[in-house]
Amino acid sequence: MADIPISHILFVSTALFFIGMYGLFTRRNMITVLMSIEIILNSVNINFVVFNKYLYPDRLDGIFFTIFIITIAAAEAAVAIAIIINLYRSHRSIDVESAEEMKY
Amino acid sequence: MVNDFLILMKQELVITLIIFVLLFVKLSNKDTKNETLINFVNILLALNLVSGFFMIREGNLFGDMFHTDELLTLEKNLLNLGTLIISLQSYNWLKDHKHMPEFYILMLSTLLGMFFMISSNNLLMFYLALELSTIPLAALANFDLEKRRSSEAAFKMIVSSAFSSGLLLFGISLVYGATGTLNFAALSTSFTSTPLNIFAFVLLIAGFGFKISAVPFHLWTADVYEGSPVPVTSYLSVISKGAILFVLVSVLYKVFTPLNESWYNMLFIISVLTMIIGNLFALRQQNMKRFLAFSSIAQVGFILIGITGQSAEGSASVIYFVLVYIFSNLAAFGVINLISATTGKENINDYKGFYKTNPRLSWVLAIALFSLGGIPPTAGFFGKFFLLLAGAGRGNYLLISIAALNMVISLYYYLRIIKAMFMDANENPIEDVKAGWSPKLAMIICVTGIIITGLASGAYQYIYSLVK
Repeated sequence: MADIPISHILFVSTALFFIGMYGLFTRRNMITVLMSIEIILNSVNINFVVFNKYLYPDRLDGIFFTIFIITIAAAEAAVAIAIIINLYRSHRSIDVESAEEMKY
Repeated sequence: MVNDFLILMKQELVITLIIFVLLFVKLSNKDTKNETLINFVNILLALNLVSGFFMIREGNLFGDMFHTDELLTLEKNLLNLGTLIISLQSYNWLKDHKHMPEFYILMLSTLLGMFFMISSNNLLMFYLALELSTIPLAALANFDLEKRRSSEAAFKMIVSSAFSSGLLLFGISLVYGATGTLNFAALSTSFTSTPLNIFAFVLLIAGFGFKISAVPFHLWTADVYEGSPVPVTSYLSVISKGAILFVLVSVLYKVFTPLNESWYNMLFIISVLTMIIGNLFALRQQNMKRFLAFSSIAQVGFILIGITGQSAEGSASVIYFVLVYIFSNLAAFGVINLISATTGKENINDYKGFYKTNPRLSWVLAIALFSLGGIPPTAGFFGKFFLLLAGAGRGNYLLISIAALNMVISLYYYLRIIKAMFMDANENPIEDVKAGWSPKLAMIICVTGIIITGLASGAYQYIYSLVK
């Protein structure tokens, strides 16, 4: 456990953050956009756990924060999927390009 | 102890009570008339507003997670007042709506989230409250279930707010890594201007920027405002923005004091961009809601000038401006809400010849637009005056002159609507609209608010004495 230096894990979490951001901007399917947001949130979770474990092992703030992030991400996904289902009813598509009525 | 809990959290508890009552009414099969329920909610909100002026105490709860004092209670009262006005205005729309209880449950949950956010004393509490105040808003934006634009607006809103909270969270996690604490008081002493901290701070500002729709992060605003139902649009543009501005001021002034110089420069650039781009886009809008969206972006630019003041005046002027902004923007949205609910017309061209058919409503809209534009006898002038005064305290006259130029540009587009209403002829203008007592009451509150806060200086003095 202690063999892995903290920088390696931080590299993974930062990479995940930017992968999520890239997916958010390039993906055309609404569900995949939602998955990219989950990746961003999970990279934050890794950050919190790692900082807590390596730097401040005597406190639990980071672990608590992770639990709350997981819960809220679930709530966010529930609302977002409800919105996507409703959008599918009117647009007959979950492609991001189909929701382009309002511009400029 | 229990007593402390009841008094310190009285505003939150009343809102929670309303939410639970509505939930049980919805779950029980009894047919309660919508009118009765709306009046019940309005009365409780008004009681909450009145009780907010008495028995104010300072204290912390939940192991320093929740902090309240006189100033924070006043801020919550302002938001409560705005919600009450919106609730009165949407009476006509809601009284026949079959999902009326859900509307109030969602709206009041976001209000509860904003109360906790203002009172938060810890980054964890702040994040939870922020999410409580944004996730239900996306559901509210989709409240016109069968309209295509409404669901499009809701999707744009949930994606951009989730992304912005992702940025915010990444910033918070870096702050936690660098300092090992989430408590605001502890952060303000252990935060230093190392590169890691500045990067974390940039991410935090980006998250805040999304929520207040400052310029590089404003792209969702106009679409969401246009697609949502009008009461939700007015809620988004006034209450939710006001709450986040209150938090932004207190976080910048209390927690990030070690980074004073860097956030001053950041806000300088953001506020110049926000004013210029908000104004230029507002010039060419045809839809009333979209127009007010860009005008509200431009107003945020002015508010950021007040924040750059970094003094008690800065904080007081922002709170005072939000008070003025609640009255003037809600007066404008009140008229638009009424017209949209009865005739379905939302374009600026439809408002031509409005004075001929609805003289009173057009005066309300005109006073509101004068106040938004900052014409002297109305409160909007003093709001902007104090913001610029606070900004000038730092001696950056370049910023102040850009702001003054932008005020001239903004007058053009506000006066364009007034010209359309009072001077232009139209073959089929909007017919004579009957308002009903509830929207009328809301408009009277707003117009008297605009005129009284403009003529009497008591409000600003009071806020300033609290901030000091």
